Amino acid sequence: MDLKLKIWRQKNANDKGKMVDYPISNVSPDMSFLEMLDVLNNELIEKGEAPVSFDHDCREGICGSCSLYINGEAHGPDRLITTCQLHMRTFKDGETITIEPWRAKAFPVIKDLVVDRTAFDRIQHAGGFISVNTSGNTIDANAIPINKADADNAFMAATCIGCGACVASCKNSSAMLFVGAKVSQFALLPQGQVEATDRVLNMVKQMDEEGFGNCTNTGACEVECPKGISLENIARMNREYLSASLKG
Amino acid sequence: MSGILNSSIGRKFAMALSALFLMVFLLQHFSINILSVLAPETFNVVSHFMGTFWVIQYLLQPVLIIGVIFHFVMGFVLEIRNNKARQISYAKNNGGANSTWMSRNMIWSGLSILAFICLHFYDFWFPEINTKFIVGDMSGLIDPNNAESGYRYYEELQHKFVDAWRVVLYVISFVFLALHLLHGFNSAFQSVGANNKYTKGLKGFSKIYAIGIPLGFVFIALFHFFNQAH
Repeated sequence: MDLKLKIWRQKNANDKGKMVDYPISNVSPDMSFLEMLDVLNNELIEKGEAPVSFDHDCREGICGSCSLYINGEAHGPDRLITTCQLHMRTFKDGETITIEPWRAKAFPVIKDLVVDRTAFDRIQHAGGFISVNTSGNTIDANAIPINKADADNAFMAATCIGCGACVASCKNSSAMLFVGAKVSQFALLPQGQVEATDRVLNMVKQMDEEGFGNCTNTGACEVECPKGISLENIARMNREYLSASLKG
Repeated sequence: MSGILNSSIGRKFAMALSALFLMVFLLQHFSINILSVLAPETFNVVSHFMGTFWVIQYLLQPVLIIGVIFHFVMGFVLEIRNNKARQISYAKNNGGANSTWMSRNMIWSGLSILAFICLHFYDFWFPEINTKFIVGDMSGLIDPNNAESGYRYYEELQHKFVDAWRVVLYVISFVFLALHLLHGFNSAFQSVGANNKYTKGLKGFSKIYAIGIPLGFVFIALFHFFNQAH
């Protein structure tokens, strides 16, 4: 396959940045998208040019590092996958592929396609945890009876890998699917009840302070989420927040 | 509790409550307007009641106006805040791949509805306020000195739909209203946290409401346009 890549290049956080065209030839349809970028980077290095910086780690759809906005969609045109699971057979020979970083005020570009997603970490620190005595007397979680449906929904919420595709896809750069999932995974379980009120209030407060936008329920986040996190989690977070606000 | 309106979720909750209130009002408005087609005499009687009963005039009408203003102001506030959350736009964005046109353009359909409300107030509300509170005629009669002349409401309604350009403007506005409701109805329920086993049924009902009510208003406008001499 011969392709024309249009890639966002930005030297550092203070650089203005611009789209740069890169033709690439002999791309195997069986390559993953990241392998294709690896090939491009080898060519750039051989020519003495700076390689394109992009985040990647596990390359098996678990870590959520590979944050690329490809042809106008987070993680490209396929569904329920991360960029590392996207294969070049998805594209046509001769196609132009536009590759950009996540765009959000709360996710500033560090270099090229790499963005700073520590805003998510700070939201997690604000309340995305439960306090458990781990001094040797820890109670086995399985000793607490939990309704099957609640356990399933909590587990589904917990599959969020924090990749940020929800923020990137949302026209408002809202992080509510991420925060909704992180609130839900504990709100549905008895272990999460002790800190439930503070958790949702603190996590939403931190989310707002980070500069994410408001959710307008377009549903783009749910469609683009590689783990299929449902909008139900945002509704649950809304209920938890309103209930916690009334208690507070 | 005090800081709830300063939070993103609190603002969305308030926006949704005002939307639900306005949707109930819209249903009530349509129910009365359709009487102008089905039973003009009843339309006159109900219109006079709505225009003179103190609870509606001095209690519910101000609440409605506040609700409308709040919904528009909050809509603009949210739009401005959301635009600030993404300062650099994508070079290529395929929004149609993951969301509906209606959901992405609520501000534009909303602005169209705001423009329509201005025209609607110019057509009906301001003349009504002038007649009742400046001229001082609370009789609701065509000729205030002649009780036999009958109520003026149906005649005034028909008079407004003489001009084709006004009918066209009304029809276009109702199309934008339908587009706004097609997203707004479900969105309001999601914002107040109502996403559950009833959501599927609610989505079906929302389509009936979002298309049915504006279509009904279009029918009323066209009915009065075609049922009078031009």
